[in-house]
Amino acid sequence: MSQVSPKNRFSNRALPWLVPITLLVVWQLAANLGWLSVRVLPAPYNIAKAAWALAASGELWTHLVVSSRRALTGFAIGGGAGLLLGLATGSFRKIETLLDTTLQMLRNIPPLALIPLIILWFGIDETAKVFLVSIGVFFPVYLNTFHGIRSVDPALIEMAKSYGLSGWSLYRDVILPGALANILVGVRFALGFMWVLLIVAETISATEGIGYMTMNAREFLLTDIVLVGILLYALLGKLADVAARALERAWLRWHPNYQPGA
Amino acid sequence: MNNHPNETAAVAASAPASGTALHIADVVKRYGEREVLKQISLDIAPGEFVAIVGRSGCGKSTLLRLIAALESYQSGVLHYDGDASDSRHDTRIMFQDSRLLPWKRVLDNVALGLPRDAKDNAQRVLGEVGLADRGREWPTRLSGGQRQRVALARALVHKPRLLLLDEPLGALDALTRIEMHTLIERLWREHGFTALLVTHDVGEAIALADRVVLIDEGRITLDLRIDLPRPRARGSAAFAALEERVLAEVLKQHGGVPAANPQQPGEEPGDHSLRRTVDQVRWAV
Repeated sequence: MSQVSPKNRFSNRALPWLVPITLLVVWQLAANLGWLSVRVLPAPYNIAKAAWALAASGELWTHLVVSSRRALTGFAIGGGAGLLLGLATGSFRKIETLLDTTLQMLRNIPPLALIPLIILWFGIDETAKVFLVSIGVFFPVYLNTFHGIRSVDPALIEMAKSYGLSGWSLYRDVILPGALANILVGVRFALGFMWVLLIVAETISATEGIGYMTMNAREFLLTDIVLVGILLYALLGKLADVAARALERAWLRWHPNYQPGA
Repeated sequence: MNNHPNETAAVAASAPASGTALHIADVVKRYGEREVLKQISLDIAPGEFVAIVGRSGCGKSTLLRLIAALESYQSGVLHYDGDASDSRHDTRIMFQDSRLLPWKRVLDNVALGLPRDAKDNAQRVLGEVGLADRGREWPTRLSGGQRQRVALARALVHKPRLLLLDEPLGALDALTRIEMHTLIERLWREHGFTALLVTHDVGEAIALADRVVLIDEGRITLDLRIDLPRPRARGSAAFAALEERVLAEVLKQHGGVPAANPQQPGEEPGDHSLRRTVDQVRWAV
């Protein structure tokens, strides 16, 4: 563990923000000097003002809650199914033989290609959006869980068996913890996909949600609100990533890569 | 030809009765076409410490894995206290790599496979290997020697009657190895289990074992009693002479010394030069 001087620590904290803040300042200046048309790109200050107005009226929160609910419901369904099937195919050769080929074929269909079919099946209401998100998050979780189970060190499994572990205790103490790092990689990928698919679903047809807010603003040429929507997605994506990292830190405490000072 | 039933019986009388007696007769192990163990026969008395030495790939680790029931064999007899299987699960193996579960703390690693209320027991055995205060650590934070001591504690906590050691010190530095030798020897004397150590270090074998067995190309070519008093001083002339003798045996079979000159007819197994042809081998076994 190396000693970091306070000055160094400050510059390490500040350095990543240097480029975004400079960009922001240049952007604001460009808008003020009239180099940028408000129609094309409103000034950061105007965007902040629009965001503030939306937040104050409560409109922002309604959309945020609706979007988050869709995203998390889809994630829970798709991620849960991916986890269970991944555990099943990873653990039992029979189930792998039975299902894996099918799943690999389905995996190659881009979820967005399913949109016409989804609209035919579910119409354009909530189910369609949640279904699209579920499909999208299913595969990253499934593939990484399967791979995680398969890549558990066979030497550890052999050791555990020779020390009398079998069945559920072998699974709980050796296989699941061994696969966890991979499973969490899948979860992080899935969280990324989750927002992408939700954006698409909400821009197709919706009466609520951030996607709806953005598309609606476009109709009225309210570029500042469009940008508020885009920035919100960025923020939510970052939040999901932070949550996934927190999970990794909590569950992979034993891993040298996640230990403080390592 | 390499069994010494009379001698092993003598050891059995003096050793504590808590070790497994191993009886191995004509065991053959094949991987596909390749015969890894060619009719191995070996008797080990309860509480005896036997070291198996040999070059890498000679089959010594395979023999240990057969005894640990980690692999099956094609023919022959393998008896634990006269039983065809280790029915009481009294055998524990220690591997070359510690194989600690990185996601369990040291104490939980030691308590692996024990009932939940056996933590005190695990803590006590951790103390026996000198790591009483490291129970809350993650295994990745330990040095290689410490990890092997944890692995040793994990094996001992089950009160094994047969402890198999598969080159457990191979990856450690020289000083740590000597420390581990002292520790293993002390615990072996205290617990009285039968110990079977696979190693490529002849000095290590002579320092620890009652008997040194040399395996070459799947068959036992030397079975040597080590009657030096314990603890053994590596510097002594007797030690050096034994080490020399085993090393010469290892080397001459591979042309390291003039192999075409079987000038020591009295030395067992003596007829290394007959090894090559199958008929002569059958005769030898």
